[in-house]
Amino acid sequence: MSQFILHPANTRGHANHGWLNAHHSFSFANYYNPERMHFGVLRVLNDDSIDGGMGFGAHPHDNMEIITIPLAGAIAHKDSMGNSAVIKSGEIQVMSAGTGVSHSEFNANADEQLNLLQIWLFPNKKNVTPRYDQQALNVEARHNNFQQILSPDAADEGVWIHQDAWFALGKFDQGFETDYKIKKAGNGVYAFVISGEVIINGQKLGKRDAIGVWDTDTLNFRADSEGAEVLLMDVPMELN
Amino acid sequence: MDFPVSPYDFNLKNMMPLTILYVGRDADITVVMNRLLNAREEWTGICVCSDEEAISVCKEQHLDLVLLGNGINHGDEQKLRTILSALRPGLKIVQHYGGGSGLLYGEIMSALREEG
Repeated sequence: MSQFILHPANTRGHANHGWLNAHHSFSFANYYNPERMHFGVLRVLNDDSIDGGMGFGAHPHDNMEIITIPLAGAIAHKDSMGNSAVIKSGEIQVMSAGTGVSHSEFNANADEQLNLLQIWLFPNKKNVTPRYDQQALNVEARHNNFQQILSPDAADEGVWIHQDAWFALGKFDQGFETDYKIKKAGNGVYAFVISGEVIINGQKLGKRDAIGVWDTDTLNFRADSEGAEVLLMDVPMELN
Repeated sequence: MDFPVSPYDFNLKNMMPLTILYVGRDADITVVMNRLLNAREEWTGICVCSDEEAISVCKEQHLDLVLLGNGINHGDEQKLRTILSALRPGLKIVQHYGGGSGLLYGEIMSALREEG
């Protein structure tokens, strides 16, 4: 029997640091809610707005798969592996922190707001060699389609990570309806509405609302507004 | 390496005093963890890179919680858990993920809730 949990946008943790306005779907930093610790291996979903030129100085990470999706603006990234890059809206960045990596992330533009989603997944193996990748996505390919942007397979579409997880982005015409087939038995899907309104398994969701669905193999989706955008995170429900 | 103060550093109060041992192999991350754990009045953080140091600390003083950080291989982790648990039966030992402040408070709170 399919199960689900709703996470309305206004139930997320919120921290406004002035230059950083952050919404946390799961417990993060000073936001602690024992009912909102993770959805399967999905541990962090932060929706951050960062003022022009501002950002996070060098700080470390380990043993986490970190995915960053800029929704508006661009991020300037530097890390201890020697990578220095700008990731723009329409691109995706992935970092396997593994045994340890340090990086900085700043709004690359002085006069433009940066809005990004930062997502952390528990890895399926600890202490891997740190790695970095970024990819430009074909934004048109997600029109009325769940475009795969991440998988466990380096040869598959999108970036890859050390976890049996698949992410997809879609932008839909009003009334468009489809089923999403979960990629692996035992996985659940956490669907996050980036913009617009959608109906997932009969539940109406608005901007930044989310639903987590598990114990099922498909998800029914319908766009309830023009240009509705959704991120699907298809993740193992069991922690490794 | 100089790590600036993060906006995610802690500023919470009204918590009982805790002594927390962090064990991780990366020296830079250990420095950050030491800063984070000692930034709070209620917490005393002791951060080490080797299992020998961890065992020595555990022998010498009371600990409320042990956080296992990065780079500890499976065999070493099992040995360390066995030795620390033998030294202090009931000592809570949990994995610290992420290497920084993002998950730290939640991990500690969850460990203490489970203990309680």
